[in-house]
Amino acid sequence: MSLGVVMLVHSDFARAGQMVRHWAAGGCPVMIHVDSDVDTATFDWFVANLSDLDDVRFSTRHRCEWGMWGLVAATQDAAGQLLREFAHVDRVFLASGSCLPLRPISELRDFLDGCPQTDFIESATTADVPWTVGGLDRERFTLRFPFSWKRRRRLFDNYVKFQQAIGVKRKIPKGLVPHMGSQWWCLTRKTLTAILNDPKRRKYDRYFKRVWIPDESYFQTLVRKHATRIQSRSLTLSKFDFQGKPHIFYDDHAEILRRSGCFVARKIWPNAQVLFDSFPQATTPNGPTRPSTGTVDRIFGKAVERRTRGRPGLYMHSRYPNVKKANGISAAPFSVMHGFDALFPHFENWLAQQTDAQVHGHLFAKDKAQFADRSTVFRGALSDCARLRDYNAQGFLTNLLWTTRDRYQCFMFGPTDTPSIHWMLAHDTNARVWVISGAWSIPLFLSGRTAAETRAEAAHLQRCENKFLKALNAPQAHARIRISTLADFLDNPRDTLQVLVDQIAGHKARALSDLPEMADLGGLPAYLQELKNQGMHPFLTGDLSAEMHRNAAVNSEPRSYVVGHK
Amino acid sequence: MRARRKGRELTAAQDRTSQITDTDILLFCTFRNEDIRLPYFLEYYRKLGVNHFLLVDNGSDDGGDSYVAEQPDVSLWKTNAPYGKSRFGMDWLTYLQGKYAHGQWALTVDVDEFFVYPFCDTRPLRALADWLEASEVRSFGTMMLDMYPKGQVSDAIYQRGTDPFKLANWFDPGNYTLKLNNFYHNLWIQGGPRARVFFAEKPRQAPALNKIPFVKWDRNFTYVSSTHMLLPRGLNLVYGQNGGEKTSGVLLHAKFLNTFGPRVSQEAARAQHYGDGREYKTYASEQDSSEIWCQWSEQYLNWRQLEAIGLMSKGNWA
Repeated sequence: MSLGVVMLVHSDFARAGQMVRHWAAGGCPVMIHVDSDVDTATFDWFVANLSDLDDVRFSTRHRCEWGMWGLVAATQDAAGQLLREFAHVDRVFLASGSCLPLRPISELRDFLDGCPQTDFIESATTADVPWTVGGLDRERFTLRFPFSWKRRRRLFDNYVKFQQAIGVKRKIPKGLVPHMGSQWWCLTRKTLTAILNDPKRRKYDRYFKRVWIPDESYFQTLVRKHATRIQSRSLTLSKFDFQGKPHIFYDDHAEILRRSGCFVARKIWPNAQVLFDSFPQATTPNGPTRPSTGTVDRIFGKAVERRTRGRPGLYMHSRYPNVKKANGISAAPFSVMHGFDALFPHFENWLAQQTDAQVHGHLFAKDKAQFADRSTVFRGALSDCARLRDYNAQGFLTNLLWTTRDRYQCFMFGPTDTPSIHWMLAHDTNARVWVISGAWSIPLFLSGRTAAETRAEAAHLQRCENKFLKALNAPQAHARIRISTLADFLDNPRDTLQVLVDQIAGHKARALSDLPEMADLGGLPAYLQELKNQGMHPFLTGDLSAEMHRNAAVNSEPRSYVVGHK
Repeated sequence: MRARRKGRELTAAQDRTSQITDTDILLFCTFRNEDIRLPYFLEYYRKLGVNHFLLVDNGSDDGGDSYVAEQPDVSLWKTNAPYGKSRFGMDWLTYLQGKYAHGQWALTVDVDEFFVYPFCDTRPLRALADWLEASEVRSFGTMMLDMYPKGQVSDAIYQRGTDPFKLANWFDPGNYTLKLNNFYHNLWIQGGPRARVFFAEKPRQAPALNKIPFVKWDRNFTYVSSTHMLLPRGLNLVYGQNGGEKTSGVLLHAKFLNTFGPRVSQEAARAQHYGDGREYKTYASEQDSSEIWCQWSEQYLNWRQLEAIGLMSKGNWA
């Protein structure tokens, strides 16, 4: 069997010449098409440079612009010429000047010999694959595209819009089902001859002249009409980025290219000297025999994802999403407890013991950030300086959560803590906010001062807390928020704390064995009543009765469902 | 206009610009008394793939000017005009960029800034420039990363011609905050050791760390404030706005070495830097406590480490 090559060249002629020599050395006749935009001097130099090779010819030159018909016309002419001039060729491989053979041509030939009568061409219906960029998939075939996308973008866009508006719908020639796929194929003489000599070719050509990017659809569609056996994949390794532009291979890709087992790869950076020196390379006995592009796919797939989605919760100089529209502001879920440490003096320690989470004190306290270990600098080299933190409170928190995303974070919050973080706590889908409203009254009560002395302070704390609650009750607040008044909480502290701990553990944790020690609330209702008598109504605490805290203590006992217990 | 007028303040000391070809990558830099840093600076950027250096010497008296003038790939201009009145040297560079860099990739950095980008250990600047060009991207964003030694800054004694990051090889990994400048569309980044140690109580004044040093230049472009932002404003959109990451790099900043102390006293007195040298005055008052290293400092390995931490991104370049 004999393999012939059609090569399309428009730049980097030195490299292209090198590639021609690879193919020629492998015993393949090469039909070269050079873009007619290339100046005569360069063309002549290129021709002269290859004049020592017998089976290298040049085909009729066309103007090849990306996305336009010229590329197909060039391919048709070159392929036809190749088949005419080299009668023994029975397989044609379409390549470009920047396609680098990774494996010796003999291995490619052996591979093809193993698959007689098979056409290798990626060809998929537009209905089934969402490959295209820019939203034009089906419409590539039903609108007209006379204007260059590269040079006359506005005209292109407007003409598309105009056609969409008036409802243009071109008729696809009878017998054809539009297919698309990689431009680079390898077809048998039989199939290619059938396509080039199709009695309706003039009609088809006329149709495809106004299709967008016909080089990705002309052969891909017609092959479905003529081929007997199609392997819908390209033998050329070629990856595309999110803009639909081919990824480029560099020296540091040598290893993954070698392991891919692919026969040909594009595009290669023209100065990637290591690649040009080391390929084509014979596969080692235990190396891959058939192309398997898993690793390559993964690497380039990741690049697309990084460019389109990025790393959630990371804010840096090349990623700055609009948080108002974003779905989740921080890098990982975290819990905020408002009022718990007022009710339970050792709540932080208790919570740290119950879970694996890192439990901070008041990260947004007025004097400084109370990191879990109370150090002055925390992970990521975050400073505990309050002024620095409050300069960009949201940045402070997103930084902390990004750096510590390997561990669940919790922190305490209170009415006097930095208010500029309220918005984020209410809107971040990762935030889990637990509030005991009115808990600020406990430290005031415990301070031993009278209601008259603490009246102003109580009013201030209640105002601040109410602002926080307002932020949490905003209609767009997407955090998981659970607010209970002090009275409601005391009604059944165990259940709330159980859910709180379960949520951090991420599953149903074991039943809480001990509850945190509660402050002594005896006399709190009387103190609150006295505040009311002073004209300061502590409405956020709920209705606290004298027995409440005693009941709370009872309710804190684990419920027993075991008959005969005690 | 302004740049052209300021251009008259320059006199060519060594003009090798006739060597510049269309595809060369050019480096622009202003310096003053940096003889000790220049050899490694030139070596670093040569290795990265800079083809020609266009330097402005602002009144050095340490011999650095004659050293660079002898280099085969350097063109040197001199001026004794005040740095502060030329927008911190940008006027002079804008003049030179307009004249020599039109249509070419230009890197604008200080002598203590070292450009790091994804794959910079295996792919030269030309590869980056080609890729940006194919992606129709005209400007490339970085963040300045302040590097510092472990221990007293004054104990990190820098030797001429050596790699400064052998000494100053620590950095703050995660304390940078961003704001959007709605007028110029650029991000304004502050943080790092300078905010943590020197500006914690006046964070508004902490120095900006966002820089856009690598640009396919056009004679209509101009840097607005140092290399922090550019005009036209579209060039400042070096960040993804919908969650995606654009490809970006870092400028390793070799400021905190033993050269820092004497420099601070000089510059604070000279008051030619931004805000009458306000920044330098702060350093001068804080100098005694100049251990910058902390428990959570990270030791520098390579660009992959920075990309994993989230201080730069490969973006779409794989």
